Amino acid sequence: MKITEETVKEHGLSSEEYERILGILGREPNLLELGIFSVMWSEHCSYKSSRRHLKNFPTKGPYVLQGPGENAGIVDIGDGLAVAFKMESHNHPSFIEPYQGAATGVGGILRDIFTMGARPIASLNSLRFGSFDNPRTAYLVEGVTAGIAGYGNCIGVPTVGGEVYFDDSYNGNCLVNVMTAGLLKKDRIFRGTASGIGNPVIYVGSKTGRDGIHGATMASDVFGEGGEERRPTVQVGDPFAEKLLLEACLELFKTSHVVGIQDMGAAGLTSSSVEMASRGGTGIELDMDAVPRREEGMTPYEIMLSESQERMLMVVKKGTGEAVKEIFRKWDLEAEVVGRVIEDKSIRILENGKISGEIPIASLTDDAPVYDRPSKRPDWQDSINEFDKHAVKEPEDYNETLLKLLQSGNIASKEWIYRQYDHMVRTDTVVCPGSDAAVVRIKGTHKAIALTVDCNSRYCYLDPFKGAAIAVAEAARNLAVSGARPIALTDCLNFGNPERPEVMWQFTEAVMGIREACIILGVPVIGGNVSLYNETSGVSIHPTPTIGMVGLIDDLSEHTTQWFKNEGDVIVLLGSNAAALDGSEYMKVIHGAEKGMPDIDLAKEKNIQEACLEAIKAGIIVSAHDVSEGGVAAALAESCLNPEGAIGAVVGLSYDWRADEALFGEAQSKVIVTIKDKDFSKIEKICKAHSTPCEPIGRVKGGALVIGDEIALPLGRIKDAWGGALAKYLHS
Amino acid sequence: MKFGIIVFPGSNCDHDCYHAVKHVFSQKADYVWHKDTGLKGFDCLILPGGFSYGDYLRTGAIARFSPVMNEVVSFAKKGGLVLGICNGFQILTEAGLLPGVLMRNRDLKFICKQTYLRVENNRTAFTSSYGEGSVVKIPIAHADGNYYADPDTITALEDNGRVVLRYSTSDGQAAPEANPNGSLNNIAGITNEAGNVLGMMPHPERAAEAELGSTDGRGVFESIIHAFSDCCKDHRHGHKTHS
Repeated sequence: MKITEETVKEHGLSSEEYERILGILGREPNLLELGIFSVMWSEHCSYKSSRRHLKNFPTKGPYVLQGPGENAGIVDIGDGLAVAFKMESHNHPSFIEPYQGAATGVGGILRDIFTMGARPIASLNSLRFGSFDNPRTAYLVEGVTAGIAGYGNCIGVPTVGGEVYFDDSYNGNCLVNVMTAGLLKKDRIFRGTASGIGNPVIYVGSKTGRDGIHGATMASDVFGEGGEERRPTVQVGDPFAEKLLLEACLELFKTSHVVGIQDMGAAGLTSSSVEMASRGGTGIELDMDAVPRREEGMTPYEIMLSESQERMLMVVKKGTGEAVKEIFRKWDLEAEVVGRVIEDKSIRILENGKISGEIPIASLTDDAPVYDRPSKRPDWQDSINEFDKHAVKEPEDYNETLLKLLQSGNIASKEWIYRQYDHMVRTDTVVCPGSDAAVVRIKGTHKAIALTVDCNSRYCYLDPFKGAAIAVAEAARNLAVSGARPIALTDCLNFGNPERPEVMWQFTEAVMGIREACIILGVPVIGGNVSLYNETSGVSIHPTPTIGMVGLIDDLSEHTTQWFKNEGDVIVLLGSNAAALDGSEYMKVIHGAEKGMPDIDLAKEKNIQEACLEAIKAGIIVSAHDVSEGGVAAALAESCLNPEGAIGAVVGLSYDWRADEALFGEAQSKVIVTIKDKDFSKIEKICKAHSTPCEPIGRVKGGALVIGDEIALPLGRIKDAWGGALAKYLHS
Repeated sequence: MKFGIIVFPGSNCDHDCYHAVKHVFSQKADYVWHKDTGLKGFDCLILPGGFSYGDYLRTGAIARFSPVMNEVVSFAKKGGLVLGICNGFQILTEAGLLPGVLMRNRDLKFICKQTYLRVENNRTAFTSSYGEGSVVKIPIAHADGNYYADPDTITALEDNGRVVLRYSTSDGQAAPEANPNGSLNNIAGITNEAGNVLGMMPHPERAAEAELGSTDGRGVFESIIHAFSDCCKDHRHGHKTHS
């Protein structure tokens, strides 16, 4: 088949890129080769717009065993154990087909983790949907939730936490970011490397079908009207097949047969074989006739580009093929030798014994195009940063204002969603969804890990640098208030169309913001994912650099939750209660404005986190809750709603500004803790040592939340507003 | 005593049950692969929760044809103690060891949460360490826990004390608002006629350690261990003791 200008365009390649292919091959590619170039050079696989910027991330630290570049990053948690974790996006497929898009997102990230030799122990997700008044939102929420539940519950990995936001900017592009952490022995790490010339390449798992062809290319393009037409590029998940694959792989990893292993995710057999060869400095020869296929008559093009789910590629030691197959047979899975490692650093595809395509590995990986796309601060940035707080009308009824805030989708309880996730399977979940971070114990030790995902994309829209730094800081704060020392993070950088200079500006600013926060807070980036082209009909999403972070708790007994526990405990505010309505949920929900300049002082942030950790370790903290959306008032309300039994509070705040600023402002680096009276001098001392302000503001008491003269609400009303909002909306 | 934990393809609470039996209650435990035949030396069999065969076709419908199920049935017929939790309960109904069926939850969604249960009958091998009428907190996690049986069966279950656990409020009212999934009569767990087979939707293995939020599930395991040490030592099923 002759390659025409039209064919090149259909494959998402520019004419310059096609010229480059001609140069590399010294001839015209055939359709198979063009297809391989197109997926490997897609934004999704090549990171061509983002790669040069990602180099700015600090990636080393005392806990890091594996940084970026592998299927997942790995941290050392002591006792000979390690935790592998990573976050990935499945945004485009989830918008087109929410159930399968989200389900296969979960399936993909789970494979990334067990490929490293780790047993997945916990999953989280960060979800963004359009506003409540967008007719598609409820459908997407229902479908995505059911898809995550359907896959995660079946495979038996608890979904322990997450975050959900609603905003107009996601009306045309929802975001589904999923994160999984797995546990492994630190001396049993497996990597995606093809080495040992002549070693067999084995294909395991489900058969290859025609589904998901060009999924990676689809994920590297913007949507126009009628994006649903791309439904055939979305794959269908089979969690049962993956459960078998997981158990079989973990059984295989106990042997010494495996040289390297990689999951077949985006761009399937193509990317897995090419990336393994690239890491091993080798080549791979694949025989299309040996690949297990679901349908007759599939061409090499279709086989190489299929994104059928639940498949893995591995290189094993010569002579162990039969022993490997035997393990998979036990689990009723197919394993076939489909190729071998070769010396020529090429991907060579055979059909009927003849070469049907051959491409140098480096041209698909290290030497793939990298763009330094132009970047420009948006013209509208000044106008959204302008914010005159004096022009904001002060609420007449603070009780109603707080209730309205608690009903906002971004603050309201997410129970309607996480109730559908099995968050307890594996019997390790010590803190279930609902508190600041999930806490998962490590059996056989006294340790636990804490996990969280965070990003406030409104802050990122107003200031991508500060907003991204706040996302890192908030994630670390959520861990610290749970008693965990943050040790590493993974990111999912969701942005609009990088061919727009304004989007590239947002992207580069966000990367530098993450970098700064990582350096000051001492948390390295050990892996991540970039999702660009989240744009529909010219509208880009708010920049959304989601941060997934893991922290370590040395002694499980030293963990904390956000809920008030005992009548009479003293409520203490750590950090200064500065006035900051900029970018607040209050301004959006009550006044319909997204304005101002969110700010953070990272040195202060570091101090308050150290103070929290020390106080929790000293055993004086009864509850600790980070102050975020909705400010101190919302944080107090959330702390009252202990699932074991709600309990009220009487609080008086001292401030020199308006009550709405004090109650609903979202100045960063604030934590609400409760302690016993006798421990006040201790916490004062700890805070002083960490230069952190600390002020008693009230007491846990009664059946209502009372804040100064402004707020007096019985807990029943708070609970109804906050607890019922999501269900009310979704069922209306 | 020794527990056998049956592993079907897709079981996912097998490790949790093993952990509870072995590390929380210091009993012997072994996994039993679903293709195994010739079960020997077990005093109690647990069919754990999960999604055997992916719940494809119907929950438990394929697992009941696993080779090991013949052994489970004959073990039960001989009076051996069999505990089916969640998917294990579903498999037991499909295998005919327990009556009725577990249908899709009333609101058609998966539900994971703590529930309160009233212990209706503490004169069974699975509940003897609970007080009769006591209320316990044990979590559920299922999409198909809506127990249904024909009226005659329900009457037989109720009249013979075979409804062992019932969803209730925290103060023990088996009220409609305490029913998470639409089960008839708020049924959460039932035994067979002989009382040696229990199926329950809630997960006692998830409520056996204080750090997981409840220790109320311990009673199920303690009752089994107690029942065995009391009376069953000489009646080991599946093999002869050397007494």
